[in-house]
Amino acid sequence: MSGGVDSSTVAAMLRAEGHTVIGLTMQLWNQRRMAGREGMPESVQGRCCSLDDVYDARRVAQQIGIPYYVVNHEERFERDVVRPFVEEYLSGRTPIPCSLCNNHLKFDQLLIVAQQIGADCVATGHYARVAYDEARGRWLLKRPADLSKDQTYFLFGLTQEQLSRTIFPLGDMTKPEVRELARQHGLALAEKPDSQEICFVPGGDYKRFIDAYLAEQGEALPDTAGDLVTTSGEVIGEHSGIHNFTVGQRKGLGVATGSPLYVIQISGANKQVVVGDAENLYSRTLRARRVNLISIDDLHEPMRVAVKIRHRHEPAAALIERTASDEILVTFDEPQRAITPGQAAVFYDSNIVVGGGWIA
Amino acid sequence: MHRIYLDNNATTPVLPEVFEAMRPYFGEQFGNASSIHHHGQQTRAAVEDARESVAALLGCRASEIVFTSGGTEADNLAISGLVAAGDHVITSSIEHHAVLHACKHLEEIGCEVTYLPVDGRSQVDPDDVRRALRPNTKLISVMMANNETGMLQPVDEVGRIAAEAGVCFHTDAVQAAAKTAIDVKRIGCTALSISGHKIHAPQGVGALYVKKGTQIRPLFYGGRHERSRRAGTENVPGIVGLGKAARLAKDALDRGEDKKMAAMRDRLQQGILAQVEESGVNGDGAARVPNTTNIHFDHIDGEAMVIALDLKGLAVSTGAACSSGANEPSHVLVAMGLRPDQARASIRFSLGKQTVAEDIELALALVPETVARLREISPRYKKLAVSS
Repeated sequence: MSGGVDSSTVAAMLRAEGHTVIGLTMQLWNQRRMAGREGMPESVQGRCCSLDDVYDARRVAQQIGIPYYVVNHEERFERDVVRPFVEEYLSGRTPIPCSLCNNHLKFDQLLIVAQQIGADCVATGHYARVAYDEARGRWLLKRPADLSKDQTYFLFGLTQEQLSRTIFPLGDMTKPEVRELARQHGLALAEKPDSQEICFVPGGDYKRFIDAYLAEQGEALPDTAGDLVTTSGEVIGEHSGIHNFTVGQRKGLGVATGSPLYVIQISGANKQVVVGDAENLYSRTLRARRVNLISIDDLHEPMRVAVKIRHRHEPAAALIERTASDEILVTFDEPQRAITPGQAAVFYDSNIVVGGGWIA
Repeated sequence: MHRIYLDNNATTPVLPEVFEAMRPYFGEQFGNASSIHHHGQQTRAAVEDARESVAALLGCRASEIVFTSGGTEADNLAISGLVAAGDHVITSSIEHHAVLHACKHLEEIGCEVTYLPVDGRSQVDPDDVRRALRPNTKLISVMMANNETGMLQPVDEVGRIAAEAGVCFHTDAVQAAAKTAIDVKRIGCTALSISGHKIHAPQGVGALYVKKGTQIRPLFYGGRHERSRRAGTENVPGIVGLGKAARLAKDALDRGEDKKMAAMRDRLQQGILAQVEESGVNGDGAARVPNTTNIHFDHIDGEAMVIALDLKGLAVSTGAACSSGANEPSHVLVAMGLRPDQARASIRFSLGKQTVAEDIELALALVPETVARLREISPRYKKLAVSS
């Protein structure tokens, strides 16, 4: 229970259906840690894991009459989500902390807690569906009824074991329906705004977060400054550090040219930021590594799927084929804009998640 | 669900006799104890009766008792009230946060603070206290009994050292009061804190013993209540409750009921140790209050254990209630030399006057099976089992 509308409504729904429900909030990050550091806001109200959100979750649990506990997983969160987040940026990639959190915290640590306290499964407020497919003998992850809220992109790492013990009660509902249900259950937070940004990055400014985090850790920000080069290798300027850039970015390059320039590629090895025209951003292939497959046990032969390369991306038709024991080559029918290392490529067979991997 | 409460170091239920004693002061006896008229006189008498009862429990004069809102305020009044910028304070690393954080605040306002280490039995070494003394040392604050382990500190010796050096000595006796006999003269302390709700009086009331002749600066300014040591209209029902609980506690100690409590605690402890492998008492062998035992169950997560037991109706804790939801392992257990994973795998069981033998037997049925289940799931335990 994050203290938001979705998980609160899930708790109220399940309770009303007569399940034995135990409310848990994962305390993952101390929002006060960075508050007031240089470049960070003084106050961190109304964010995940803030005192306000824990308060909201606890009040919902009290209102619907379920036991409620806060479990602290700050150490694991820092090790498995925050650290990799910082390191990915410093290596020139654009990370997705939410997927890491799902893989390492919500569907790993939380499932362990569930087992420890004798719960059969974990229910969350994610917009996704889980179903067991008799014919395949596998648990399937499917896109939800409300595609505008689809969170399957962040859930591609779930294993069969994890899926078998997970329920997503909001999978068949739209967000307005969820809010309406929250109102019907008399939940005071029915109108609470959705959280949008990365929970531990106040104001969404990840660069300032990286600075503040490293300063707190007593570590120097590595010097990742280097050359700004064109696709043909011509040096046209310098940049302040590769972690300040993301593929597809147009603003803030610090060079003035006639036509708009975009970041095409970031090279961690030689600290180069490659820039080019809009058309240079398009490519037809990507390699996905650290792959997890859900609807199939292995990819024995090439398969036609639709592939999503970032959270807000319409899945695009592609062929996937295994090229190494832990690598899948994705070849799109049409070139895709800004394929970004560090993001996930998630494969869909209509509304079924086939699997996914991390873009190399 | 039948519920068993073994978290009496967090708080205790108000005893029925205590509640009955308080009841008139919510109704017909409503006067302001500072008022001249009949109503004031009635409540003034009740407050002074309570003061005498508390003084009797601690072995001091009634005029040496200052009523406060609880143990935290008593600790803060003693520490802030006896020390000024430039002074040096000696305390231990296993104090309650009410003392530790008050000392942190002193550091911010220009005091020096020495935090003494403890040994594996959570004992401060009196020689360390002696060695820590400086010319500007103003106060020593060492608790009488630790809230997490129940271990008693050598306060008599610390008191002698303080007296020889001519410095003030405060002891936080919140977890010692009513569990073991207290005599402020024997301890030789300048100030001593107690809390109502740890001794079956209500939450929101406590007291500080302040030795006659000691100048103490108040925390709040206002009327001349409590001999100008604590401004604010008295919490009369709470004070009456504290007085009644103190009298009951003194009578119980005089009857030797602490020994019965210790026997029940020992039954619980031995039963657990006999049934659960790789468990042990933290600080085993040291003198402690009769109601507390703190046990480590290796390879488990104490937080999950508390939740799992709560869902089965047994209330215990991993340590101080005030630390719930925090990430750090107990500062007390770490200071005693436990590894962080052992500290995180530790559970405090604390009995109260309402605890009966049946509660202990039920707890003994629940704890071993819960530990077994947690270990079955524990990735760490599995790894160890495979490798051994």
